[in-house]
Amino acid sequence: MKNDENTRKKELVCGNPRIWKDPPGAMMYCSGCQHPVIHRIISEVLEEMDIYEEAICILGVGCHAFIQVSWSIDTLSCAHGRALDSATAIKRLNPDAIVFTVQGDGDCLAIGAGAFIGAMTRGERITTIMYNNTNYGTTGGQLAPTTLIGQKTTTTPLGRNPKLEGYPVRAAELAADFEGTVYSARGSVNSPANYKRAKKYIKKAFQKQIDGLGYSFVEVLSACPPNWHLSPVDCIKRIEEEIIPEFPLSEIKG
Amino acid sequence: MAERMFVQGNEAVGWGALYAGCDGFFGYPITPQNEVTQWFASEFPKRGKVFLQSQSEVGSINMLYGGAAAGFRVMTSTSSPGWGLMQETISHCVAAELPCIIVLVQRGGPGAGSIRHAQMDYISVTRGGGQGGYKNIVLAPASVQEIHDLVQLAFYLADKYRNPTIVLADGILGQVSESVDVKTIDFGPLNEKDWALRGIGKQKDGKCRLINSAAGVLPVPPYPNYISWLRHMDEKYKQMEADELRYETYKAEDAELILIAYGYTARVSKETVNMARLQGLKVGLIRPITAWPFPYDIIREKAIQGCKFLVVVDSLGLLIEDVKIAVESRADVGLVSILDRHLPTDGGMIMPGRVFEEVKRLI
Ligand code: SF4
Repeated sequence: MKNDENTRKKELVCGNPRIWKDPPGAMMYCSGCQHPVIHRIISEVLEEMDIYEEAICILGVGCHAFIQVSWSIDTLSCAHGRALDSATAIKRLNPDAIVFTVQGDGDCLAIGAGAFIGAMTRGERITTIMYNNTNYGTTGGQLAPTTLIGQKTTTTPLGRNPKLEGYPVRAAELAADFEGTVYSARGSVNSPANYKRAKKYIKKAFQKQIDGLGYSFVEVLSACPPNWHLSPVDCIKRIEEEIIPEFPLSEIKG
Repeated sequence: MAERMFVQGNEAVGWGALYAGCDGFFGYPITPQNEVTQWFASEFPKRGKVFLQSQSEVGSINMLYGGAAAGFRVMTSTSSPGWGLMQETISHCVAAELPCIIVLVQRGGPGAGSIRHAQMDYISVTRGGGQGGYKNIVLAPASVQEIHDLVQLAFYLADKYRNPTIVLADGILGQVSESVDVKTIDFGPLNEKDWALRGIGKQKDGKCRLINSAAGVLPVPPYPNYISWLRHMDEKYKQMEADELRYETYKAEDAELILIAYGYTARVSKETVNMARLQGLKVGLIRPITAWPFPYDIIREKAIQGCKFLVVVDSLGLLIEDVKIAVESRADVGLVSILDRHLPTDGGMIMPGRVFEEVKRLI
């Protein structure tokens, strides 16, 4: 972290983070989508911690990846599920860089499960922000590892049946189980208070990387109105009433 | 200054990479190339370079994708089943224009096949085996010295074209030990990697870099749309084809029968040419050093002159397809294949004596 007090604000009081492009690429998202809110938190954190000049973001495949047109830090868009492999190599080759992945729940936990487990097994000194909207948004709302029991998706039209499709994966708890993981938390952006908490979690996760301690992971719940077939306001309600009880918000490790 | 060493082919991969300024090696265990991975594990970390054992070949190739994007010289080594697993991201590397090196030590297939030598991946290597159709320069060494030299050339060509480059070896070449001059080979200057991801604080212009492999989803500057980007890729492939063809001819000048072979079977074929010449038979060899681009023109020229051809390859054929494309039905093309090995087991090899029998039958 740099100490250039005169030229950089430590805390964003108002306005957009400077790495946030104007006009933001958020117009690529459906109305009520919370992905851009999480993007903004990451941008604020990078700026407030003064690490955006060293930051390299590695993206998975999914709606989250549209961040690449919304901010102005170095960014790599990867093959589906492979962000943590690519991030591993970048951090090993360039240990001074702040290397983090932004991934969806399908990208990280289904197709990318091998890369996820591999990075945690090795205790890579990188950070993952995983967006959990309990389905595959981009492709039209299919079953994801995080889909709730009974939740209707385009590939579980009768609702997720544990006998057929198994149970939701709690990624933050899974991550915490690895010795190589030094920080794991789950946040949400359904209220201003939770927004602040999620931001605190993401800040802590980056700090663990700066301290060179190991792998840090933050899962953030996110609304997906068109695929949940709910209005943005009802999405917030669903997060409070149905999702948070299944995916409790807390710091699980660290 | 060159250092003279007596080393195994698999070790020569490492020495070539080291002297080419390779920054990182990422690999997964698979026979018959484990000596390559082990060489990097013991030699790279003590020199401050990165060695990492990945969780799979899928992991290895995606580590290359990241390492290359960050501007480093990176490589992996694998054998045929691992090669199969890497196809998806080799295609992504081509699309994102990321230079990296994949050494493929071929073994028997299909499936798990055998764990010993073979030359059975020729088609997927030379045609762009992954999704979407693309081209990689494929360098096919036939000696330990050439492994060392071509690994270095591979790094140069990868950077020159911003494209993966494949070094196509086999289990026999990997195990052979020969004397090698180990040194850095200067292929000329290269452009600075000002496209690489380093963090905006390290970019000379202070502007962010974005690398993706989906030019049809988000346009990749300076190409305004998918087709203009594809045109750029097409031009690049054509330039590789025009400028990077390499092959060796051996006693082909006055030959009536020309053997075509790469890798270990090219060594066998050279031996056969010598046997034939001792008996006054006009036999020569054309050895592709680049399996892609392929030396179609010289083979066609020889076909027009009335030469016959004999393909010698440790597979069911594969290479013969390129020779047939080259001769355009002007000449007979014979084949000595994996079915002609001296033993019917995975340890069998194509021997000069068997090739010579076929030479005598054809000439
Ligand atoms: S489909 Fe869902 S995740 Fe994707 S942009 Fe729309 S709301 Fe957001």
